[in-house]
Amino acid sequence: MTVDPRNLRPSASFTPHHIAEIHRAADEGIYEIRGFGAKRRMPTFDDLVLLGASVSRYPLEGYRETCGTNVVIGGRFAKKPIEIKIPITIAGMSFGALGVNVKEAIGKACTAMGTSSTTGDGGMCEEERQASKLLVYQVLPSRYGLNPDDLRRADAIEVVIGQGAKPGGGGMLLGQKISPRIAKMRTLPEGIDQRSASRHPDWTGPDDLTIKIEELREITDWEKPIYVKVGATRTYYDTQLAVKAGADAIVLDGMQGGTGATQDVFIENVGIPTLPALRLAVQALQELDMHRKVQLIISGGIRTGADVAKALAMGADAVSIGTSALIALGCNKPVHLEDYEALGTAPGYCHHCHTGRCPVGVTTQDPKLQERLTADHGARLLRNYLSVMTLELQTMARACGKNHVLNLEPEDLVALTVEAAAMAGVPLAGTNWIPGRGTY
Amino acid sequence: MIDVDIAGTQVRALNQRLHALPKDTNERAWRVLNPMGAHSIAAGLTQPIEVRVEGHVGYYCAGMNKEATVVVEGHCGWGFGENIMSGLVRVTGNASQAVGASGHGGMVIVDGDAGARCAIGLKGADIVVGGSVGHFSAFMAQAGSLVVLGDAGDNLGDSLYEARLYVRGSVASLGADCVEKKMTPHHLQKLERILAKAGMTADPKSFRRYGSARKLYNFHADHADAY
Repeated sequence: MTVDPRNLRPSASFTPHHIAEIHRAADEGIYEIRGFGAKRRMPTFDDLVLLGASVSRYPLEGYRETCGTNVVIGGRFAKKPIEIKIPITIAGMSFGALGVNVKEAIGKACTAMGTSSTTGDGGMCEEERQASKLLVYQVLPSRYGLNPDDLRRADAIEVVIGQGAKPGGGGMLLGQKISPRIAKMRTLPEGIDQRSASRHPDWTGPDDLTIKIEELREITDWEKPIYVKVGATRTYYDTQLAVKAGADAIVLDGMQGGTGATQDVFIENVGIPTLPALRLAVQALQELDMHRKVQLIISGGIRTGADVAKALAMGADAVSIGTSALIALGCNKPVHLEDYEALGTAPGYCHHCHTGRCPVGVTTQDPKLQERLTADHGARLLRNYLSVMTLELQTMARACGKNHVLNLEPEDLVALTVEAAAMAGVPLAGTNWIPGRGTY
Repeated sequence: MIDVDIAGTQVRALNQRLHALPKDTNERAWRVLNPMGAHSIAAGLTQPIEVRVEGHVGYYCAGMNKEATVVVEGHCGWGFGENIMSGLVRVTGNASQAVGASGHGGMVIVDGDAGARCAIGLKGADIVVGGSVGHFSAFMAQAGSLVVLGDAGDNLGDSLYEARLYVRGSVASLGADCVEKKMTPHHLQKLERILAKAGMTADPKSFRRYGSARKLYNFHADHADAY
């Protein structure tokens, strides 16, 4: 009997992907763990457009008239706030998830561009400290490698409560990535699957957080800016509570934010997208009269200078990038195709950071794979990318008539979809309608 | 002995003085009066000085200590000696939760009882408690020792890695992957040294030893029911 293809009706509920995943779950008995970020469709900065200048306002001349990009972070309480030359920072990614070649490359690129890099779970990697002029030191629930000397060597401190890929979840670094050096830094045996705690060991709740931040300030003599990083969920409340707890800056990671290894079900189903999270955080800061006083650094799915421009226009002070920085370093690049195939994937689809077999030498501890990306070459690639993003950002800002990127404002934005208009709190293009505002 | 009365002033002034001491300082003996439950007293010390606090303290007293000896004559709040790197910190009364959390080295001593999650995330320090400890003590403890002369609450050593736990009294229950282990001559010697350093009088042979079964070190489908 021949099969009439017109009778092959696919299920909208049980898609080929879902069917394959059920089969895999039945065979293996454990959830899928993977890297990268959420792959589902959701409203993003692509659903917003900027309103360039015209008759009602005039633009600045591209490549001629100045458009400032510097941002000062930490002026609320820190004796030594930091100034980044561009409003694009590199997000915390662990030495463990990334190889030392990548940590050093990131540090060098950031130094060249005058911006900051961030440590990650597992402690401060010496190569990254040496390479980074501005290094943000994360204090995470696991406390792996945490020590007061590194706190004092840092330029800022970031208390990590959660991340966008898994708000409410702890970290994991699978045994295949635990090299002797990684194991030593984390005080754990080699080869085990390392679980990072989901909450801090010595505080719970916002009142305790206030005291913890005070302790960190005491230990560092009130010099360092202290950030609080949260994954985007109940963002309005989290932002206000972090401000109340004494944060100098809020780092807000939307659900598009990446991870080195997390359950797929977590990545795809927990948290809210960057777009509504940013609007909620700005609202929270404005109501406390803390907007632009407590800096807001947004992350999760930032890819281009246009994304940065839209984020700043919505009220962010800076952005942070992780996944896109790794892509600039070669993640998912169509080279070494046989190694992608060995992982059961292909360039453009790879999310196999957790395996430690990264075909392009980015998320691996294997010295042979790391040879595929030297620190100097990686630094050049990332510097180029950051430079392009900054040029794009300035192009957008000048077109809107701004002589500093922080002068971008919500009035410069409209949305292309009803959903994005509601989430971002800007009008649907061609209307003055912001869903959820007013009577309808 | 240098007295610092912090009544009506701020901890900041005290800590600033202590942090500013040069490595070869002669000002090695300090007494803090009227702590009044303030937080972060003597946090972040880096020199081999002695600080005696007369009264009760709040959270994170002697946090991230290096080299110094800090003695609190009273009770203390959360996170006493948290993330200690070296040196010795002691509280003569009772301690609240998370004593010595994630401590990397040195010793934390509680003469009285300690609350829940004592020695949580321990990374190499030795914690000695003269009384009893609360539930989930030594949760995810990675290295170092927890010595309890009294009893331990529920779920002792849950998700334990390589830390060693010694309890003289009863244990309400053991946490996931924590098991009782044989007390060998090596462990008796180590325990004896820890007790002597802590100034505690107890027969090492009266303790029982607990450690990780190491069955949850790698993810496996058949481990799901352990939690």
